[in-house]
Amino acid sequence: MAVLPIKFTKTKRDKLAQVLWVLNWISVVTGIILFSLGIFLKVEINKRQDLMAESQLQSVPNMLIAVGLIACLINFLGGKICYDCVDTNKFLRWKLVMLPYIICTFFFTLSVLVGALMCYSMHGQLEEALTLGLRDAMRHYKDTDTPGRCFLKRTVDLLQIQFQCCGNEGYRDWFQIQWVSNRYLDMSQREVVDRLRSNVEGKYLMDGVPFSCCSVNSPRPCIQHQITNNSAHFNYDFQTEELNLWTRGCRQALRDYYTNIMHSVGLTVLIIWLFELSVLTGVRYLQTSLENVLRQGDPECESDGWLLENSFVETARSNLNIIKHLGKFNQINISSNGDPNLDKPPTAHYGPDNVPPKPLPMAS
Amino acid sequence: MVLLKIKFPFQKRVRLAQGLWLLSWVAMFSGAITFAMGVFLKTELHRRSEVMHSMDIHIVPNLLMAVGLASVGINICAGKVCQDSLDPTRFPRWKMFLPPFFCFSVFLTSLLLVAMILSFALQPSLEESLKIGLKNGIRFYKDTDTPGRCFQKETIDRLQIEFQCCGNTNYRDWFEVQWISSRYLDFTSKEVKDRVRSNVDGRYLLDGVPFSCCNPASPRPCIQYSLLDNSAHYNYEYQSEELNLYNRGCRQALVSYYMGLMNTIGPCVLFDFLLQMTILVSLRYLQTAMEGVIGQENVEIETEGYILEKGVKETLLETKEKMKKLLQFARVGDASAVTPDTEPEADKPATA
Repeated sequence: MAVLPIKFTKTKRDKLAQVLWVLNWISVVTGIILFSLGIFLKVEINKRQDLMAESQLQSVPNMLIAVGLIACLINFLGGKICYDCVDTNKFLRWKLVMLPYIICTFFFTLSVLVGALMCYSMHGQLEEALTLGLRDAMRHYKDTDTPGRCFLKRTVDLLQIQFQCCGNEGYRDWFQIQWVSNRYLDMSQREVVDRLRSNVEGKYLMDGVPFSCCSVNSPRPCIQHQITNNSAHFNYDFQTEELNLWTRGCRQALRDYYTNIMHSVGLTVLIIWLFELSVLTGVRYLQTSLENVLRQGDPECESDGWLLENSFVETARSNLNIIKHLGKFNQINISSNGDPNLDKPPTAHYGPDNVPPKPLPMAS
Repeated sequence: MVLLKIKFPFQKRVRLAQGLWLLSWVAMFSGAITFAMGVFLKTELHRRSEVMHSMDIHIVPNLLMAVGLASVGINICAGKVCQDSLDPTRFPRWKMFLPPFFCFSVFLTSLLLVAMILSFALQPSLEESLKIGLKNGIRFYKDTDTPGRCFQKETIDRLQIEFQCCGNTNYRDWFEVQWISSRYLDFTSKEVKDRVRSNVDGRYLLDGVPFSCCNPASPRPCIQYSLLDNSAHYNYEYQSEELNLYNRGCRQALVSYYMGLMNTIGPCVLFDFLLQMTILVSLRYLQTAMEGVIGQENVEIETEGYILEKGVKETLLETKEKMKKLLQFARVGDASAVTPDTEPEADKPATA
């Protein structure tokens, strides 16, 4: 009982082949799109490499790049095959290749689906990478004289300005780290020494934030220092002041940004996957209908096309048997001591009366 | 004396018509691109219109948009004329249309050159407009509670951050203006009272700048206040400090930005101009060559093509005469409209 059989007349077959040729070329274009989406994602992640701790994030764009390249190749080959399928003679060239090609393409579409799902499942890794990365970047904000970390200040400042965020989860994160380098602290001043002595690690902590946390929407000039001290500024109440600094944390801002990108890319990859699947189905129908034409012998006749010749269960069973027997190819049957002819009943047919002939007399 | 005569055998005419048809399609796209560039330039100018005092510079993108659109139409006509010129029966209907079409198209195409020249000539005007606009923006920076000016602070802050600039000419412009609103000044404090009394207008001036002047590339946390006071900050010398604030003035930054835009657009506009003029000249040759064919029985004869039938001076005199005749005709028409009532009365015979 074939799975989803469809009758194909000669014209219908030809049209199917032509349509599939066009669709395969469109699939090459979508393969290029997949490739460029992978490159875009890779560039976006690399841009903020300083702010993300080591993680498996790079696997997603790498997967997309690989899948995009393979899609181009597979669909290019598919286009060539479909172009030749219009002529039954040329189909003979591709007859043996088509079934392995279809199986390969089927597994390939599975990998496209895996790529799409990976885009959606990256949340946890992303969050962890961002938390650790931002925390380290903020801690090394002051180290502009240490080679390898001298650009972190600029990176964090530009990040806070561009994404309109402050600190890891909020501006209070800056109160817990020393972001003013010791080079710019006057150690002879009493205030500085007091602050350094006020905590165990000897860090210069203060209730101030860098200038990049300042919000452009504030009606008053930015208050960066002594933020929690109401009396230090005229007409200021830090509990009700909302517009002075950016209220969002940078981790949330970056997470939202990357989640949006990943979701858009994931959606595009899903759509491409559906398209590839439909092209694959068309190629399968074309293959089976052309094979049936060859079986029937007449190139102009009507033939059936199907997805599977027998039902799913039977096909699975027969494939499993083939795989089992492949394994048994080298095994010897030890039950008859290796002689395959023992215990076999006689099967010779000795003529109409079935009488075995007398043994011939031996010449002495 | 014919101007720039060229002989056109039949094959050459046909090739000219076909090549011109293709070229008119290319010029149509080129015209569309000119239009798009005009739109882009206009949106960029409009985005910063809050810091520009006058709108003089907008004439450049307006011209580009108008000529871009018109050239699309011109090239569609040119393509149609080329198609019809291969068929001698259809060509005559373009006869009356083509001379004014040429004048109109040459005028419009020369507007492209005018736009390019204007983009250089209006640079001082742009600079002046930005100078006044930025001065006002800096002056009204503190007026976030005055309706109509409440967005100046945000505009100037965003501008300074995006273009990496500070003040009008440099950061010292902020020292001459009170950019902290009186709402946030404690007038009971001695320091505030001293500062306010120190100048004639009673403004709170200080040697400080807003946070948007801070340069993220500086190795030390930004110093915004007491900029000229070396002793106020540890290990600080304002004369040698270069990375703390942005050095560039916003006026220079914006002028460079817009000049850069126009210099990028310039070559494309020049290319469009040359292409359009080539098409118009070739079309004129085609028209004059075809005019020799009209009325002849043998379509495949060789004809001459030229730009002007007579010399430049003679053509101008002829055009003047034609214009005069047209005006006279209009005037005579008016005169006969006035007198018909009097004339018949005078001519009326005595009916006694």
